[in-house]
Amino acid sequence: MKDASPAKPYALHLGVIALLFALSFVLPDYHHGLLARIMVLAVFAMGYNMLFGYVGLLSLGHAMFFAAGLYGAGLAVIHLGWSVPTAFASGVVCGAVLSLVIGVLALRTSGVAFMIVTMMFAQVFYLVILYFASWTGGDQGMVVPQPARVLTFGATSLDLTNPIVRYMSALTLFSVVLLITLAVVRSRYGRVLVAIRENEERTKMLGYDTFSNKLAAVIMSGTICAASGAAYALLFGYVGSSFASVQYSILPLLWVLLGGGATTLGPLIGTLFMYYVVDITSGYTSAYLLIVGIALILLVLFFPKGILGTIRHRWLAWLP
Amino acid sequence: MMPLLTTKGLSRNFGGLRAVDNVDFALMPGEIRAVIGPNGAGKTTFVSLVSGRIQPSSGMVVFDGADITNLPAYARVRLGVAYTFQITSVFANLSVYDNVALPVQRTLTDGRSKGAVQAGVMAALERTGLADRTHMLAGQLSYGHQRLLEVAMGLALKPRLLILDEPTQGLADSEIDNFIELVREIAKSATVLLIEHNMPVVMQLADRITVFNAGRILAEGTPEQIRANTEVQDAYLGATHG
Repeated sequence: MKDASPAKPYALHLGVIALLFALSFVLPDYHHGLLARIMVLAVFAMGYNMLFGYVGLLSLGHAMFFAAGLYGAGLAVIHLGWSVPTAFASGVVCGAVLSLVIGVLALRTSGVAFMIVTMMFAQVFYLVILYFASWTGGDQGMVVPQPARVLTFGATSLDLTNPIVRYMSALTLFSVVLLITLAVVRSRYGRVLVAIRENEERTKMLGYDTFSNKLAAVIMSGTICAASGAAYALLFGYVGSSFASVQYSILPLLWVLLGGGATTLGPLIGTLFMYYVVDITSGYTSAYLLIVGIALILLVLFFPKGILGTIRHRWLAWLP
Repeated sequence: MMPLLTTKGLSRNFGGLRAVDNVDFALMPGEIRAVIGPNGAGKTTFVSLVSGRIQPSSGMVVFDGADITNLPAYARVRLGVAYTFQITSVFANLSVYDNVALPVQRTLTDGRSKGAVQAGVMAALERTGLADRTHMLAGQLSYGHQRLLEVAMGLALKPRLLILDEPTQGLADSEIDNFIELVREIAKSATVLLIEHNMPVVMQLADRITVFNAGRILAEGTPEQIRANTEVQDAYLGATHG
């Protein structure tokens, strides 16, 4: 955002991507699989952060965008027999169309009303999935069969169920979305989004059509979340209605708050942190949610702007 | 010469209150016009109708020959109507640079200016004397400097009409002198509509003065004419007749 040289932030982000790449060769199997999942869900969090962190719009319905991608890709494979790339595209397009419609309707409200309206739409989406159980598998969900999860380029084919292929696919998606996010928030458009968050009325009086700008942000956010959902269906082979439930609208909010809203790497750190706190504590006690809760309270006390947000505030002002 | 801005029968009701009542107003290009009047006379409502922040109950606003009554505020800004707020509303959590970059990049997008954002920002900051504070957060500036930043943002919009709503409110006397110079400087390239309570400032700056009272225009004329007008004295200046 600032008028600083772009070298440092880009070096940092490429460094993070390189680190994740290198980790693929040293991590034990269990953590390798977990990290692949975390990267896909971090994309979900990055999409959420685009709207919540940068534009300041708190949605409680983003599960519907994730699920639009999940079902858009999953149903295309299962019922239509589409190939992996077209199914992925189908998921992304479903998310883009849904976020356009939801954006046009929900952006007529703001603040608490926006939270409620997005939540209601997401509930409708969730109930629609349950209603059409013969197609969607209802609350049982569906498994995407292994033979369908193969990416073919001419003679070579990549099996997405292979751990290395899966990890690298997740990393590719994560890297692309991370770099897009970085470019957007450093652009003129990113500056307008932050201005809307800080003072929408003033932004209008500088000649900006804030509705259109917010709508574009909702579409971008929803489409990124759908890409995450589509990748999830294809990489992990499960399409289930629980991903459309309200819990999955709140999780990305938690991940972003933990990692630091309006930071490009915060969503990854928040998702990683949350997953590992749950993973480690559930190994010791069945009351792990209690420990998770305490960890969250401590974070809010000592890192009120999230982990990366606080680091930026105190030490590294140049972090994007 | 054709007026830059005219309003015809412009009115706005808030419930039973007629805040602006059937106002016919014309502003010539290049003018510095002051709008004065007692509190609650409808000055801010009037300029809000002109800038598009609120919609009129009836009447029309014409800018540069085009009817802009139904245009939203942001579209009027793009035509060249800039409004600086009475209550300072800079983006406190953004740097001074970013505050000014927002209007500058807007004019670039609209094709109303050319060049880089950086150059436009520095030009506006230099004109307002804030160039050495580029990377401070706007919220950390002193009050006087925040008012100047507000003007810099207005300037950066390359306005044809700049509406300043009580710009000297809360400024120290020394700052006011600089401010008068700045407005004169701005007036070389833009028409200025100024709401102001500080009478010495009004008398020094304005080419013409419009006096509002109870939502209507009570009088209009040069500073000398307004000073000599007994109706105005009764309504506003509070001078005893001697």
